[in-house]
Amino acid sequence: MMNRTLDAEAPKAILTLPVARRDHIQGLADAPIKLLEYGDFECPSCGQAYPIIKAIQQEFGDSLCLAFRHFPLTTMHSHAEHAAEAAEAAGAQGKFWEMHDLMFENQSALEDQDLARYAKVLGLDVDRLVGEILSGAYYDRIREDFKSGIRGGVNGTPTLFINGVRYDDTLGFEALVAALTRAAA
Amino acid sequence: MMSVEKTDYGLRQKDRRELLARGEAAPDFNLKCTPDQWLKLSEFRGRPVILAFYPADWSPVCGDQITLYNQILPEFRELGAELLGISVDGAWCHAAFTRDRKLHFPLLADFEPKGAVARLYGVYRDGEGISERALFVIDPEGIVYWSYVSPIGVNPGADGIIAALEEIKHGKAK
Repeated sequence: MMNRTLDAEAPKAILTLPVARRDHIQGLADAPIKLLEYGDFECPSCGQAYPIIKAIQQEFGDSLCLAFRHFPLTTMHSHAEHAAEAAEAAGAQGKFWEMHDLMFENQSALEDQDLARYAKVLGLDVDRLVGEILSGAYYDRIREDFKSGIRGGVNGTPTLFINGVRYDDTLGFEALVAALTRAAA
Repeated sequence: MMSVEKTDYGLRQKDRRELLARGEAAPDFNLKCTPDQWLKLSEFRGRPVILAFYPADWSPVCGDQITLYNQILPEFRELGAELLGISVDGAWCHAAFTRDRKLHFPLLADFEPKGAVARLYGVYRDGEGISERALFVIDPEGIVYWSYVSPIGVNPGADGIIAALEEIKHGKAK
């Protein structure tokens, strides 16, 4: 029923795989607004969207659930795959979002030694994290995110879905607030 | 019959030709894919081909779209398909764009006569001198299986292409 108001605007890509239990989320899983980002830690546009999404989370509080899926554009961004692995490896130690934030705040420093440094800052088991990155321990999971994005209509990074419907407007605070408010209505 | 108004940018009168639709034979063409190599559509008979018309190398949306398709190339190939990008840019421009974006698929130069192939497929924007942002999935027999024109400023993604390729593949499997 919530999707109906959005559907009425224009034919837009509908996500095939809904925000699921497997996803990394911030907020309550049953929140009325589900915002899903497909992102790449080395993508400058994702970096620009990062503080806007933080502000959006502040604005909507408990009524918004944020999820993040990987969409590393590795042909353009040579550090994107390891960065995605690092986020997953940190997630395995309970610090996905902390690593997510650190990488978006330091997009120009995503060499392997930087990732190890962030792991140390976060108090993680650095050897384990580095080992998992180097062995591609989360490769399949990242591919699964990526493939779900392709099928869902991801057309670049970042691509946002609001309650499963692709958001095609500008990545500005006001425009996003308006769209999310409509989704919550 | 109708005058072309020079100030009419954006959503202008479409080319009178219709978008080549499902079930129609995809017209063959022979275009430069590098400054000294040519590529014919009919060379790919026997497997599906994705024809991605886009307005111009280097423009922001095109860059994103082409980069995205470059990234998705393994998925397209897994489904047995070849991807061909096509715009009115010349072969040297394509060569520079390919190098800059590290592309692993051919970009065809619909350059002389300008836009001739885009016109054949019903996706040329008269007066602007560029093609629509249009996608065609051509089946192994050379018949259009799926076609789509995206609003010129919107990157269409790849979900429609993947869905069409999967249908072709599963149809074949029967």
